[in-house]
Amino acid sequence: MEPNGDSPAQDRRAFLTKASAVVIGGSLVIPPVVAGLCVFLDPLRRKSEAGASVLVATLNSLPEDGEPRKFSVLATRVDAWNRTPNVPVGAVYLQRLKDNKVRALNVVCPHAGCFVDYRAANHHYFCPCHNSSFGLDGSVQDPKSPSPRGLDELPVEVRNGGEIWVTFQNFRAGVHEKIPV
Amino acid sequence: MKPALDWLDSRTGYKRLLHETLFENVPGGARWRYVWGSTLAFCFVIQVITGCFLWLAYSPSSQTAWESVYYIQHEMWGGWFLRGLHHYTAHAMTVLLVVHLMQVVIDGAYKAPREFNFWSGIVLLLLVLSLSLTGYLLPWDQKGYWATKVATNIAAITPVVGPELQKAVIGGSDYGHHTLTRFFALHAGIIPGCIILFIVGHVYLFRKHGLTPKLPRRRPDAAFWPDQVLRDAVACLAVLGVVLFLVFRYHGAELGAPADPSEQFSAARPEWYFLFLFELLKYFPGGTEVWGAIVIPGLLMAVLTAMPFIANWKLGHRFNVMYLWCMLAGVGVLTALAWKADRSDPEYARAVQAARRDADRVVELARSPDGIPVTGAVTLLRNDPLTQGPKIFAKNCASCHRFDGHDGLGGQPKDKPSAADLKGFASRAWLTGLLDPEKVATAHYFGATKFADGKMVKYVQEDIAGFNAEDKQALQKAIAALSAEARLKAQRDLDRRDEALIEEGTKALIGSRLGCMECHKFHDDGEENAPDLTGYGSREWLVAFISNPAHERFYGDRNDRMPAYLEEKSLSSQEIGLVADWLRGEWYTPAPTAAQ
Repeated sequence: MEPNGDSPAQDRRAFLTKASAVVIGGSLVIPPVVAGLCVFLDPLRRKSEAGASVLVATLNSLPEDGEPRKFSVLATRVDAWNRTPNVPVGAVYLQRLKDNKVRALNVVCPHAGCFVDYRAANHHYFCPCHNSSFGLDGSVQDPKSPSPRGLDELPVEVRNGGEIWVTFQNFRAGVHEKIPV
Repeated sequence: MKPALDWLDSRTGYKRLLHETLFENVPGGARWRYVWGSTLAFCFVIQVITGCFLWLAYSPSSQTAWESVYYIQHEMWGGWFLRGLHHYTAHAMTVLLVVHLMQVVIDGAYKAPREFNFWSGIVLLLLVLSLSLTGYLLPWDQKGYWATKVATNIAAITPVVGPELQKAVIGGSDYGHHTLTRFFALHAGIIPGCIILFIVGHVYLFRKHGLTPKLPRRRPDAAFWPDQVLRDAVACLAVLGVVLFLVFRYHGAELGAPADPSEQFSAARPEWYFLFLFELLKYFPGGTEVWGAIVIPGLLMAVLTAMPFIANWKLGHRFNVMYLWCMLAGVGVLTALAWKADRSDPEYARAVQAARRDADRVVELARSPDGIPVTGAVTLLRNDPLTQGPKIFAKNCASCHRFDGHDGLGGQPKDKPSAADLKGFASRAWLTGLLDPEKVATAHYFGATKFADGKMVKYVQEDIAGFNAEDKQALQKAIAALSAEARLKAQRDLDRRDEALIEEGTKALIGSRLGCMECHKFHDDGEENAPDLTGYGSREWLVAFISNPAHERFYGDRNDRMPAYLEEKSLSSQEIGLVADWLRGEWYTPAPTAAQ
């Protein structure tokens, strides 16, 4: 129990004692919490490596009638302390267009990140999670579709007369804009 | 004894604590409706015990999480039972949480002065649901991986902090080691720690304000011990009974194939008690997802939290009870809709079947003498001819060829077959069909190719059709000899048994009676005007053929439409090897004794 402060000096001293106790006591937890938070928030400063262009397939492996085919994208996968070259980092649908051009769509649904399915019977892409559907060009067809944007088209280049090189990238799900992650 | 206990009591005061614990007043006497809180505490204890033991065997990283869970499930003594107990108790806990909440609201136990008790209960409910969510990912199987991806993508649409929140939770911009270390720390450390704190607070407040009696009081007040304790114990026993039933009924918890970001998984679904949220998201068109995923559930929870205040109005309590029933009905309807949609979707059924097949197969491979490589079990499936062969075939070969009448995966390509059916390629049965005048020109063999009018078909239809009995016998032997070149696994015993026959067949094959060597080459004999039959159907032969069928060794410039898969970089040599192995039936199968 505190003695009743008789004089202003005693009051002041009592206040200083309390304030110091709270400040010192409270500040004791700062070092461990700050140290922990720094490490915890470390992933925020890490950017995924900008997708380099990788050889995914050749024109010959794409049907001429423009039916899309799914291909794994092999690249170097960085997972914290591991760097593994030449492993699947994702997948794309490739579709042959006129004049030997190719369209590449990331298989990940822009709604919530599921792996979309190509349904040949309907000539469209369909997400097995929340039923978003997309046209062959990746666009959202049904206005009720839960996906905020069409499938993410990736830069693609046909080199050396038939090699299909794709710049692979994932994008943030659930938003209208196409923001790389 | 008594002096010793007295001494202990004087040092610790345990008697008072025990008395307070056991002789809590139960107004109106013991009743079954008061058991729910105790069953939850019991479940939590089961989870802590089973969880700690699982912890002793679990390793959170993307190369070891699935692998360590596989080891628990399939190799360790009673591992499946331990996992099953943990898994189904989690389910039971969710159900009991809802029952407990219903009982508290219906009995009015949430009203003043018990607001904080109620709120701490809601926090506990959310904490337990977060345990479920984090625990679902830890086995790192396809189901947990894809379902949790949806959950963390939803976290990213949280206004303002979403993307940062997501990154902090998954420990980077994509799933990996740090996703597992974080989810595991949350699941086994941080969340259970919070739960313990809140349980202490919850029970303290419960004791402070006392039990809310269900009126009218049927009997005089009684102490917690022993009547209520007995009822609580019986209820816990019943919960345990149900859990044990489920564990044995389903032989523990499911473990899918290891997570693979490049492998489609159309059977991704959250745990059944989150299905309503999953279903809800289907009804929010693009860009309004935040309403379904965050705003509406948030508002529903806000009303739940405000219940103690709402109860102050005249009809408040009735409103609260109605509200809870409506919410439960809504959840029920959404869950039923999700179930119904999946049940009537053949694609989903196919996806579930494929998921099971991969899950069973990877266990077979993990149990093979080679075991799981350090790169993780995911490479077992990626390098397995039985798993990858049909997929590669369906994608690259099935537009012309068939496998047993289908595309390798059981589907039907839209174009009719225009090249041979390769099921059993190079086997005696397959070759017998090829050399059958009735069959050679059908679509099963050369019928739909440009070779339909070729020399080979003519030879079969004209020369072989006119064979006498002796010729036919020679042909049969030659077929055995040619088929033996393939060294097919399925014919290994047959080839070994028929060694003499094969030797005779080789002579027949190169002899003039059949005339094969007039076009074909076989080891040191024959001409090079048709595919070389040396090593016909062997792995080396098949790989070389698929790599470039227009090579001089095979069809040369007479090649029909078949692409040179390796030369044109349509397939990698690894993929060609996988499809060749699959066509040849060459993949790991567990020995019958090892399976037991």
